[in-house]
Formats: sequence, structure tokens, C-alpha cells
Amino acid sequence: MSLIDLDLLARYGPRLLSGLWVTLQLVALSVAIGALLAFPLAFARKSPIAPIRWASFGYSYFFRGTPLLAQTFLVYYGAGQFRPELQAVGLWWLFRDAFFCCALTFTLNTAAYQAEILRGALAAVPTGQVEAGMALGLSRWRIFRHIVLPQALVVALRPFGNEIILMVKGSAVAAIVTVFDLMGATRLAYARSFDFQVYLWAAVLYLAVVETLRRVWDRLERRMTRHLRPGGA
Amino acid sequence: MELLSLLRFGPDGWGDELAAGAWLTIRLALATLPFGIVLGFFVALAKRSERPALVVLGNTFTTVFRGLPELLTIFLVYFGGQILLQRLVGLVFDGATVEVNGFVAGMIALGLVFAAYSSEVFLGAFRGIGRGQWEAAAALGLRPIATMRLVILPQLIRLALPGLANLWLVLLKDTSLVSVIALSDLLRRTNIAVGATKEPFFFYAVACGLYLVMSIVSSFGINAVERWANRGVRGRA
Repeated sequence: MSLIDLDLLARYGPRLLSGLWVTLQLVALSVAIGALLAFPLAFARKSPIAPIRWASFGYSYFFRGTPLLAQTFLVYYGAGQFRPELQAVGLWWLFRDAFFCCALTFTLNTAAYQAEILRGALAAVPTGQVEAGMALGLSRWRIFRHIVLPQALVVALRPFGNEIILMVKGSAVAAIVTVFDLMGATRLAYARSFDFQVYLWAAVLYLAVVETLRRVWDRLERRMTRHLRPGGA
Repeated sequence: MELLSLLRFGPDGWGDELAAGAWLTIRLALATLPFGIVLGFFVALAKRSERPALVVLGNTFTTVFRGLPELLTIFLVYFGGQILLQRLVGLVFDGATVEVNGFVAGMIALGLVFAAYSSEVFLGAFRGIGRGQWEAAAALGLRPIATMRLVILPQLIRLALPGLANLWLVLLKDTSLVSVIALSDLLRRTNIAVGATKEPFFFYAVACGLYLVMSIVSSFGINAVERWANRGVRGRA
């Protein structure tokens, strides 16, 4: 047995690559929409209205305290139970689709994690910064937009990168609800060929994605924080 | 409530099945924990080693098992272990078939992942221990193993505890992935209940609730352990 079976590679390589593409789409979509949802969620945690605070806390607690796979089952199989209702509002075609259900679940899940990251990052900005902004007579929006947010985003950068990596890895559960992402394509290839090396190929592909992300993020972070280092190097 | 009666214990309810699944989930997580902690500790030692080969080995281990999806690691260990064992046994007994125990495979896979993350936690904790501690131990004439056991480890545990506690909560959730290798954990039992009752939303919500209960109970346990580990630190009751 050679290390790489070329025949096998020709047959299943393209499938794995198209699976990888599905994985990347799934992650990009979920992380991007999740980031948008994270803002209102993080603000809700500091709302003066108690029920809004509780709701945001409960949301975060639920999505961070339960397995992603269980959440995916809840949405994908759970939606089937509400088929008449979903058909009535014209959304059944979406919930029938495993890719959509996974994207929805992953978005809700990562929004909870990203909201926590954002909340921590906003809290890390010293109060003096806000006070200085008020002393300059800036409006609350301008203080947030020009003083607090830029500093918070620098703090959030690293955990945000880690969250993307966790999403890449977590997205493999999509394979269990019939999405042909990288993991799904690999499982299919294994079921047909019974050759264990397809799993090793998938491992290499996942590692390549994660390592690339990590390195790009290191670069990005170094660039974004260059004003914080002496000498500006 | 008609739905709630589905959760009855006994032959006509799913309560006992779900409880048995939750029990397996807890057992798996508890069995994985010591394995993951000990392995992670040694990986951290390797990464701190003066021998370049050990450093490379430790770093590669971390990169691989932190980078792979947990689900893939489980498949790799389960199917890969099967093939490997089959070959090994095949060398001795011709034509014998072996079957890898799902529990052990899950434990090893989750333990490898836990070790990769916990080695980083230990590495950070090592950095939190001042050089003076090592020097003082050397000045007292303690051997390396005694230094580690009596001086470093007690402090290391305290420093590593918050990170390890987080990893425990992640581990509890990751156990759900073993349901795909035919291990009757909470999530798989839930799948079976759903298949029989056609009430997916209700049962998956119950399963999520049980996972939440497990992590809430864990938080209490973690607080107690942290109080114990911090007992010698002034100003931190």
C-alpha cells in the first residue's frame, strides 16, 4: 500500500475539495451574520431594562452551555415538526434544507460566543476614555464609534480569530445532518472506498485551513496593534 | 401534559433511557479528564524541555489535535484504531477479528483533544511560577521530582485551574460527538427516543436542558475546587 493512492485521489479528491468549499461557505456565512447579531446581544447585556438583560444572558447561556450537535438536531429535526406552520409562512423550503439549518444554528451559536467576546472587549476599554470623550463634548454615538469601538475591536481581534477556528472545526457536525461539507464528503468517500486514508486527507485539509487562518490572524493582529508597540515596528 | 408523560421512567416512558444516556455522558467525561490532564501535563513538559526533538513533538501534537475537528479525531481514533489493532492481532492470530470499544475510542480521542488544549494551560501556569521557586527548591537540595511534586505542582494546579475548568465544560459538550460512533450517550438515546415518538423538538430541547444542568452542576463543583486550591492564598477566600 502506497502512502497516497493516486487512483483514489483522482476519484475522491475533487469531492473533498468541493466539500471544503462548502465548509468555508458555511463558516464564512455563520461568522459574518453572527458578528452582526453579536452587537445587539452585547448591548442587551448592559441594558437598563432587566428583562432584556436576562433574555440576552439566557440566550448566551443556552448556546454556550449545550453541544452544537444537539442544537443542530434541535433546529434541523425540530423544524420538521412545525412543517405546517412553516409552510403557512412560506419558510418551509428553507428549513427543509440541511445547509440552511446548519448555517442558522451555527450563526445563532457563534453569535452567543461573539457577543461574550465583544462584551469583554468593550469592558476592557478604560472608563477614562469615555470620560475624556464627554469632556470634549462628543455625543454618545461619536464616543462609541470613534473612541470605544476601535480600542475594543483590537482587544477582540484574537478571541475573534479563535472563534473562527472553533467554527471551522465545529462545522464538521454538519456532516451528521447530511450536509456534504468536507467532513460529509469524507464520510461518503470512506463509506464507498473503505480506505482509511481519505480521513487522513481530510485531516490534512482541516489542518491547512486552521493553520492558514492562525497565521493570517497573527499577521493581522501585528498590523492592527503596531501603534501600541514602541518603535512602531 | 401529554409530552411530559413521555419522560416517565419505566417501559412506557423515555426518562430512564435519557438518564442512562446522561450517566454514560458523565462517565465518559469523568474517564477522559484524568487521561487528558496527565497527558496534557507531559506534553507541556515536552514543550518546556531543553531537547529540541521533544519541543517539536509537543508542538506538533498541540497543532494537530487543536486544529482537527473533534468529530474527525473521533473517527480517526475509532476507525484508525480498529485497523491498527486488526493488523496487530492479525500478526499473531490469523483471521481473528477485533472490535474497538466505542467508549475507549471516545475516551482516547477526547483525551487527545483535551491534552492538546490543557498543555497550553499548563504552559501558561508554568510561566506564572517565579524562577525563585525553582531556585529555592534547588537550594534546599530537592531532587527534580521532589521539586515538581512538593513545590511546583501545588502552585501549578491553582494557576491552571480556571483554564482546566473551562476545558471541562468544553469536554462535557464534546462528549455528544461520540453518539456518532454508536455509543449510547445522552444524545444518541435522545435520537432513539425521537425515532420512536416523532417528537424531535421536545426531546432535543430536553437533551439540551440536561446538558445545561450538567454544566450548571459542574460550575458549582468548580467553585468548590477553586476555593480549595486557593485556600493558602491570602486575600482570596
